[in-house]
Amino acid sequence: MKVSLTVNGRAEEVDVPTNTLLVDILRTNLGLTGTHVGCDTSQCGACTVHVNGGAVKSCTILAPQAEGLEVTTIEGIGTMDQLHPMQEAFRECHALQCGFCTPGMIMQAIDLVENHKDLDNCGIREGLEGNICRCTGYHNIVRAIQSVVDQG
Amino acid sequence: MYPYNYHRPTQVAEAVALFKASDDPMYLSGGMTLIPTMKQRLAAPTDLIDLSGIEEMSGLNATAEVVQVGAFTQHNVVARSAQVQATLPVLAQLAGLIGDNQVRNRGTIGGSVANSDPAADYPCAIVGLGATVVTQQRSISGDEFFKDLFETALEPGEIITRIDFPVPTRAAYRKFPNPASRYAVVGVMVADFSGSIRVGVTGAGPCAFRASGIEEVLNRELSADAVDGVEVPDAGFNSDLHASGEYRAHLVKIMAKRAVADLLHS
Repeated sequence: MKVSLTVNGRAEEVDVPTNTLLVDILRTNLGLTGTHVGCDTSQCGACTVHVNGGAVKSCTILAPQAEGLEVTTIEGIGTMDQLHPMQEAFRECHALQCGFCTPGMIMQAIDLVENHKDLDNCGIREGLEGNICRCTGYHNIVRAIQSVVDQG
Repeated sequence: MYPYNYHRPTQVAEAVALFKASDDPMYLSGGMTLIPTMKQRLAAPTDLIDLSGIEEMSGLNATAEVVQVGAFTQHNVVARSAQVQATLPVLAQLAGLIGDNQVRNRGTIGGSVANSDPAADYPCAIVGLGATVVTQQRSISGDEFFKDLFETALEPGEIITRIDFPVPTRAAYRKFPNPASRYAVVGVMVADFSGSIRVGVTGAGPCAFRASGIEEVLNRELSADAVDGVEVPDAGFNSDLHASGEYRAHLVKIMAKRAVADLLHS
């Protein structure tokens, strides 16, 4: 089936079987491999992207459900010359170890900061409950997000 | 995931007609349970009927007496609604405790309630607040809705369109979440309707239910200590690697006590 959607501001049309997942459209059809597949069971959050402005797990959206959606992936939030402030904070705080969970962490962190005022350490940790870092490198991830919150 | 035929109706009647004309159909709401289940091949519908295109099933309406939530309304919409926070804050709080943020952005109240997962949060609000589940053909009392593990009073093809929550004088919800999944090992809702107490429980049994023994003592004396004297039998309770039935029965009392304490301080 044909699916039309907007990804990082660009109109795209793909032709895929109905049982394709949004994450596979992004990675395979559109070559946007920054979005990762970790668990493929909707638990780890490595595949987190923004749909119509909110963080969602792209491994749990079917291709036909993606019709007409506005999707933003990790590739769409900054450039190599000008990183998104959240990317810059992750770099500054060394908020990664192996880096596999990082794109999903950053996409969820942006949603978190946009939707919550006065986030503290506890609020940030609770806000990351849908994202798993198997290196267990949470401490610097929380520091990075806190630094963005503190910058206002 | 097995292949399926996909449909996206714009009217409830059209969705029901598609259901009746299909071999082995399922309705798709937010998909936060159904899609992972299909990926594991534990569900293999021939036809998926996506309810997202039916506009009348989305949205909120609150008055002083009742909060009406469209079945396709996402958990984060309920959690962040100024109307719900002002009228029925316990429902906004409960919705904000479901799963994780990404799940709350997609998952819907109708999907959660129709699924009757034994550890889901919304069913606790249905029985605890005595909500009414509205479908295209009738209204079902919250006390009559949940039948068993993943079983409800819904007939084949029946679609939840809206849920009506009566507004209590005050209410509180406490849950003991599984730290990984955030599902309730046990959750308890205590609601005070002008002195008449309702207690809903999720996580403990095969489906959400009212704890009549706790209601009885709280109707005599509304205090956390009053719950101490209640016997909560664990017969038929869920027992798995996370908690035994006996432990869940213990948690029912503890969560009820905490909810009562919250309610008295609200």
